[in-house]
Amino acid sequence: MLNLLNMINIIYNDVPTPYSCYFQDSATPNQEGILELHDNIMFYLFIILGLVSWMLFNIVRTYTKNPMAYKYIKHGQTIEILWTILPAVILLIIAFPSFILLYLCDEVISPAMTIKAIGYQWYWKYEYSDFINDNGETIEFESYVIPDDLLEEGQLRLLDTDTSIMVPVDTHIRFVVTAADVIHDFCIPSLGIKVDANPGRLNQVSALIQREGVFYGQCSELCGINHCAMPIKVEAVSLPKFLEWLNDQ
Amino acid sequence: MSDKTESPLHTVGFDARFPQQNQTKHCWQAYVDYHKCINIKGEDFAPCKVFWKTYSALCPVDWVEKWDEQRANGTFAGDVNP
Repeated sequence: MLNLLNMINIIYNDVPTPYSCYFQDSATPNQEGILELHDNIMFYLFIILGLVSWMLFNIVRTYTKNPMAYKYIKHGQTIEILWTILPAVILLIIAFPSFILLYLCDEVISPAMTIKAIGYQWYWKYEYSDFINDNGETIEFESYVIPDDLLEEGQLRLLDTDTSIMVPVDTHIRFVVTAADVIHDFCIPSLGIKVDANPGRLNQVSALIQREGVFYGQCSELCGINHCAMPIKVEAVSLPKFLEWLNDQ
Repeated sequence: MSDKTESPLHTVGFDARFPQQNQTKHCWQAYVDYHKCINIKGEDFAPCKVFWKTYSALCPVDWVEKWDEQRANGTFAGDVNP
């Protein structure tokens, strides 16, 4: 049975697709939680939407002698209490799981590596300062978008970059996000990351990538004329491969 | 790069003084602490290294360069004198 399951090769969706109306596939527990919360809320949201539409439709269709639309009503204590308390309770039920998730996603307890992402007009610069060579130099590189006329077959327009962030899988990673000129936003949907990059401020956010793959993101704060052309590309590889890459730098 | 084989990945952990998403002060405090530390104990004092590791992991290289320059000019805002 397990062999059979392994034979099914799942293709994960880690890029935006035309006319898509759902999220990209998750690669971190954070994004898993966000999807779960979204699906749960949407379930109850559609029940409420259905109920309200059904009542409205019925009232419009048979206005007279309709128990829901008593046309001489001026004051109804019971119904007023109901339509105040009930939505409040529903909002509370939504709020609690939402806050739990929010604060869980905020925690950066024991990261194994730190990657700095610095937004510039209009590219990203990454620094791996946990690794410093004997000359005191650290790994830092810039990541530019591949222009349309240089795109190769299979590359994604306005998503592929010349250099990408390499990260090991199953490793707790801390991203320290900042900017050098204007506000940018570091966002990778598959990892459940979206954090503003403010000049003069360091924001941290964590990610635990659970599968290998290439994940794409874009700057998500209007930052000027080439806001569209500063994508983020993350390559998640196994730890030995990551160390190999590290040695090449 | 030799110490990578024993513990390939290691970075600054959680600090109870800076539990927030905003780590600006964490970086700043480590930078100030490091230079205060080496001004008192000297460059080779091993315990100072922890501050160095913290600020180099968190602070952007540009910031560190700017602060180094300010220290050289005597215009640095932090108190790093022994």
